[in-house]
Amino acid sequence: MRYRSVTALLAASAAALAFAGTAGATDLEVTHWWTSGGEAAAVAELAKAFDATGNHWVDGAIAGSGDTARPIMVSRITGGDPMGATQFNHGRQAEELVEAGLMRNLDDIAAKENWKGVINPPSLLEGCVLDGHVYCVPVNIHAWQWLWLSNKAFADAGVAVPTNWDEFVAAAPALEKAGITPLALGKQGWQEGGLFNNLVLAIGGKDLYLKVYQDKDAAAAGGPDMAKVFKAADDARKMAKNSNVQDWNQATNLVITGKAGGQSMGDWAQGEFQVAGQVAGKDYSCLVGLGMPNAYITTGGDSFYFPKLADEEKSKAQEELASVMLSPKTQVAFNLKKGSMPVRGDVDLTTANDCMKKGLEVLKAGNVIKSTDELISPDTNTQFNDLMAEFFAKQDMSVEDAQKRFADIIGSAD
Amino acid sequence: MRSQSERPNPLFRNLNAKIASIPMVLTALVVFVGGTAWTVLYSFTNSKLLPRWKFVGLDQYERLWSTPRWLVSIENLFIYGALSLIFSFVIGFLLAAMLDRKIRFEDTFRTIFLYPFALSFIVTGLVWQWLLNPDFGVQHVVRLLGWESFTFNPLYDRQLVIYGILIAALWQGTGLIMCLMLAGLRSIDEDIWKAARVDGIPVWKTYLFIVIPMLRPVFVTTLVIIASAIVKVYDLVVAQTGGGPGHASEVPAKYVYDYMFLGQNLGQGFAASTMMLLSVVIVIVPWAYLEFGRRGRR
Amino acid sequence: MNVATADTAADGPRGRKPRRMLSRRNIILYGTLFVVAVYYLLPLYVMVVTSLKGMPEIRLGHIFAPPVEITFQPWVKAWAQACTGLNCDGLSRGFWNSVRITVPSVLLSIAIASVNGYALANWRFKGAEVFFTILIVGAFIPYQVMLYPIVIILREMGLYGTLTGLVLVHSIFGMPILTLLFRNYFTALPEELFKAARVDGAGFWGIYLRIMLPMSLPVFVVAVIIQITGIWNDFLFGVVYTKPDLYPMTVQLNNIVNSVQGVKEYNVNMAATLLTGLVPLLVYFVSGKLFVRGIAAGAVKG
Repeated sequence: MRYRSVTALLAASAAALAFAGTAGATDLEVTHWWTSGGEAAAVAELAKAFDATGNHWVDGAIAGSGDTARPIMVSRITGGDPMGATQFNHGRQAEELVEAGLMRNLDDIAAKENWKGVINPPSLLEGCVLDGHVYCVPVNIHAWQWLWLSNKAFADAGVAVPTNWDEFVAAAPALEKAGITPLALGKQGWQEGGLFNNLVLAIGGKDLYLKVYQDKDAAAAGGPDMAKVFKAADDARKMAKNSNVQDWNQATNLVITGKAGGQSMGDWAQGEFQVAGQVAGKDYSCLVGLGMPNAYITTGGDSFYFPKLADEEKSKAQEELASVMLSPKTQVAFNLKKGSMPVRGDVDLTTANDCMKKGLEVLKAGNVIKSTDELISPDTNTQFNDLMAEFFAKQDMSVEDAQKRFADIIGSAD
Repeated sequence: MRSQSERPNPLFRNLNAKIASIPMVLTALVVFVGGTAWTVLYSFTNSKLLPRWKFVGLDQYERLWSTPRWLVSIENLFIYGALSLIFSFVIGFLLAAMLDRKIRFEDTFRTIFLYPFALSFIVTGLVWQWLLNPDFGVQHVVRLLGWESFTFNPLYDRQLVIYGILIAALWQGTGLIMCLMLAGLRSIDEDIWKAARVDGIPVWKTYLFIVIPMLRPVFVTTLVIIASAIVKVYDLVVAQTGGGPGHASEVPAKYVYDYMFLGQNLGQGFAASTMMLLSVVIVIVPWAYLEFGRRGRR
Repeated sequence: MNVATADTAADGPRGRKPRRMLSRRNIILYGTLFVVAVYYLLPLYVMVVTSLKGMPEIRLGHIFAPPVEITFQPWVKAWAQACTGLNCDGLSRGFWNSVRITVPSVLLSIAIASVNGYALANWRFKGAEVFFTILIVGAFIPYQVMLYPIVIILREMGLYGTLTGLVLVHSIFGMPILTLLFRNYFTALPEELFKAARVDGAGFWGIYLRIMLPMSLPVFVVAVIIQITGIWNDFLFGVVYTKPDLYPMTVQLNNIVNSVQGVKEYNVNMAATLLTGLVPLLVYFVSGKLFVRGIAAGAVKG
């Protein structure tokens, strides 16, 4: 209802935008929340490739995280002052903007460039499809399923560096005896939720993961298999009891300095080790899928959406941008800087480091699964993170209570 | 102050004052009343990312009041609010009174107390997060000095975390309160002090029974400033604790924001903000009516 | 806080006779002030010290340790090199935008609010209290709640994404507290002044400009402090209601300080914080002098 007037206003403001643009090359404003050093370097690759097409990338970076940036982007789009392209995590964050008819569909270019064929894993493109139309371009995959271990911490404690989660749990008492916090964990819901989901995949397995998050099966969420996961989460909770940090990178720093044994965090954590001058295998170890058999990687990551614009020139530039983002050359350049994995299988990544290669192998083997961002709504995800924040902070909250509340959330999920 | 009652049409009475008040009237009606009504209306819908007119009755409210995090937020707001109000007033007034004693280096002291107000809450939260961190902040340093058993770890203790936030909030905000009180104290006629001294009234009595009652308008302003800041407290918590550990330092404004934008559940966020508004209205309106609605000057 | 005891031992605040420096009262008074000052200065010390250290030193040392090797690199980086996405020109990028936003917003909001306060204090008309009460209740509404309604209002007015729109938003949200401040101040001024002016035939604007304004320096200073701080430090409105070419300095600050992914450079964070805070700080120093002078002027009996 309300959006009919919005769309009408879109035209007006697009005209105003055009007025601001310079003649010749088309300016396209791109908003995103990649602002740290490495991220900015990665964006620069995208911009460089886009500028090479004769257009001009106008950078609209906002804030340090999506949580701050997203409401701003949504306001811009609904306020009738849309940008040329905008980042979202792939999944369900932009679902309603698409439904409201504010986003442009990319069917033509997707067909022309055979996105279905080149995007690997194929499930990635599905995240961009709504009612059979393509609305976004995935640009990278960020995998959560890593356990980063400090070799020094285990040497200090006099135990071997674990090769999987179970060994890690077994080594915890020795670490504690040596005054080392076994598990570094930033006390924020999203980090605790991420760890928990890693445990669901590593200990509960792929089927349980899908039953819970895809089918929203409350019985499975409250069942005995899930109870095992909660038991593992309980271990993690005890191991992280003395982890007095909040930001994830502060937690990573505990691992880097050997004050903590390990941390379960996404592949972006690796940048921290690199900056600290640590070498994979020598100073730290990485275990994909927490080292458990049959490792899976979730295909979370970032995508770009294109708001509908009235200006012909800009619409054309949008297509060019979409095409550039997926080109093999850009994919390599961008993802090497970003520390993430490319969205197509036909690119050369020999320069990737050991840990990243491990991830790529899993990817190549086709062991990929949709991320929770794609499966459950942001609302459900927030409730879930709230529960995890409570569970990990309250040592006295029983595993049974937590599982019951978890099953309730899954039961009412959408 | 009624003027020129001989004018026939009451609409034109005080015309200039009315014209001058147009911005205020518009703001009050369009933004505050209009925006609030809009929010309340949409709290009865299941709006997700975008406001959508799909009526779901009281569903959002039922969910809200069965959410543990919301209940904790409310509780925290009461504890934080009461303490913040009391301490801001007491510290602000005492500092102002001390500075008003014709001391040396008044400028220096005033600037020291006021400068934190120049820094945003995000930064305040960050700095105090460091200072209170047990592994490298105050606790760590005191232990390095040899007091091994010293424990001061408010931010990672569920019972104490709200006090950790209070410490930072007072650091940031009391300077302004002091300034307001100082402005008030300075507006008090010097003759009153002289008279009190002549009558042999002790200084503390002069403050308590003569000066403080005279400062009533300043106190009202201060009260509104502090109380509105309390209800809105958000950035500081985000920067300092992120609401943690667990939910121990969650506040209502953060719940609203997180569900509106993080959870993309506008309906839930609107329901929570409606509850916040409702409580404000229940407390503030009768008081505001008594305070501002009366006729005549003061 | 043992001020009460200090006060009992003291004479009136405006005594003119020179005091002995080491009286019991002075020891308690200055001692208390000194201790409190330390509490207020400690975070600043940590910020300054951290901003002068290199990252390795921050990782290893503790936060109170003075820098071993002083480096100004973080300051340079914060001002001129820190990246916001692709634009690697640090805080300098948003500085003028912040000025362009702050100056008109402060002027407009204070102009509106002072007239409001004056009308409410001296020219009450029927219904004024109702609007004022609404305004005060409005002060308690969390900003985030008003985000979308304001987007709609600005969109309908055609002001979305413009500097004018942002100035308007700042004036609206500054109005409740400022109006209250001015109303109370004008109410407290001696009524005889106003009456005398009325008898002399002065009107609404005449009294405001010639009598009220010159007497209100202290309250203007307080209002300026509140507004400059609030508007200069605002991030949310600046970024939601404008376009990137108008983004204030705090957007860069937020990008530097609030970065979630990637390395947190605490030294640059602190330098950026201090740089962003410089303008309000400067205003405080300057207004500190004005403050005193304003009070002196206000103390002249009318």
